[in-house]
Amino acid sequence: MNPQAFIDGLIAGSTIGLGAIGLTLAYSILRFANFTHGDFLAWGAYLTLTVSGLLGGLAAGLGAPVHPFSFGWGLPLALLGGAALTILLALGLDRILFGRLRARGADVIIIVMASFGASMALRSLLEFIFTAKPVYFTNALQIAKPLGLGMRATPDQLLVIGMTAVLVLGLHLLVTRTATGRAMRAVSENPALAGVYGIDVAQIVRITWVIGAGLACIAGVMAGLLVQIRPYMGFDLLLPLFAAAILGGIGSIPGAMLGGLIIGLAEAFTVQIIGAEWRAAVSFIILVLVLMLRPQGLFGRKEA
Amino acid sequence: MSALSVEGLKAGYDPDLAIVKSVSFSVDYGEAVCILGPNGAGKSTMIKAIAGLVPILAGSVHLGKKTVAGLPPHALVRQGLGFVPQTDNIFTRLTILENLQIAAQLLPASDRQSRIDAMLDMFPDLGGRPGELAGALSGGQRQMLAAARALLTEPEVLVLDEPSAGLSPKLVGQVFETLRQISDAGVTLVLVEQNVRAALALTGRALVLVDGQLAHDGSTDDLHDNKLLGELFLGHRAKGAPV
Repeated sequence: MNPQAFIDGLIAGSTIGLGAIGLTLAYSILRFANFTHGDFLAWGAYLTLTVSGLLGGLAAGLGAPVHPFSFGWGLPLALLGGAALTILLALGLDRILFGRLRARGADVIIIVMASFGASMALRSLLEFIFTAKPVYFTNALQIAKPLGLGMRATPDQLLVIGMTAVLVLGLHLLVTRTATGRAMRAVSENPALAGVYGIDVAQIVRITWVIGAGLACIAGVMAGLLVQIRPYMGFDLLLPLFAAAILGGIGSIPGAMLGGLIIGLAEAFTVQIIGAEWRAAVSFIILVLVLMLRPQGLFGRKEA
Repeated sequence: MSALSVEGLKAGYDPDLAIVKSVSFSVDYGEAVCILGPNGAGKSTMIKAIAGLVPILAGSVHLGKKTVAGLPPHALVRQGLGFVPQTDNIFTRLTILENLQIAAQLLPASDRQSRIDAMLDMFPDLGGRPGELAGALSGGQRQMLAAARALLTEPEVLVLDEPSAGLSPKLVGQVFETLRQISDAGVTLVLVEQNVRAALALTGRALVLVDGQLAHDGSTDDLHDNKLLGELFLGHRAKGAPV
């Protein structure tokens, strides 16, 4: 067995894990499966690309690669702008669609269907604006460097893994050690009681969208940096994202990250052992097995 | 001026089907009042409407001079209303300390720890294990934590929905003893309770709600003297009533 599958799995799992964290937060606090989350990844990547282009037009030096990476300072700066715009997109969608349905007391299935429809609209809009032709953050070629034990990775790939680790740790500390995190966990358990405790539930909902959409944008940029940017990139990740969130246990941030890594590794080893045509089936098989054998996931709690 | 005044309150989940139908009453500062009535009378709905959890269809609610009808629950807490729901009244997946820390967030940062410490002193059952998950507490201890959380922000009015529901007689005694201490400390209490004798012993004034309307507002003695209400809630005939 080629140990390279391990590093490939970690890289894919990082993107899946970050995306799954946003999904699991939305699921536990907003209480619905948000199908638009995958499209936030794609929109995040395209919006960052657009901002990057604007910055490149303003200062050509920002596009020059910074050794050892394949991109220049323009990309991290553009990521800030892209994340802000993706967050605005998510908050706007909540204001005009999901928030109104919540206020009317709509059933969860109605909100899920609304998110499905919004997801298709967002995807079509991306295709309309940017076309279906793949685009790239950079055309620079990178040589994978040996890591030992027969594994190789490019500096961009190692950056993605490191950045994911930092973000997950930071988010875990936010949720477990801060007043905002306590309030998020409280709203996740019982929104009505949270209000009685003095928590502004609407504010926590907004914070959840900010975190979820921000992470989705970063995950989208990571996927775009390592592979390519396409309107369907988020939709194609949706099944692995849901599988990771459910495998980790709904509401659990470390669980979503671990679930993402497990899905990524399972996909990578499947490609190597069985064949690339089975890659897409891995998430589905894991999702079905988890729902049948341990529906609460690795770190979730059994419903009473 | 009253601590809590309710005027012409209509409330319910469906605008065309009010559960609480034009109820008016007021509670003075430091007073303790219980709300009685048969099942389905609208007692819980009424206090949930006051606490912002059930839509108010008409009428007004004042906390002191402040008009608060229609405010969301978190805003009412900031206006000085403490509410303890009947069930699911603590966060079981959070620790005892975290439950109190959430409530303390409404206070100035310099006061938070001292108020938490005061509550842990007031409820010794909680004080010895603040890091324990609240879900591990017994029924009585959960009510204590719920009361501690509500009291932590020093509310002007504390509203409780059946605090003795589902508790053993011994724990009921503990809960009412705690409520007695809270009342003696000068906190305005409004209490919905099925345990009529314990509630009347604590409060001395009763509002009786029947079919969403106020059927009685008076002292405990008044209730004893009222034949129908005495039979309904105290299981005896009124003084001097024919046998």
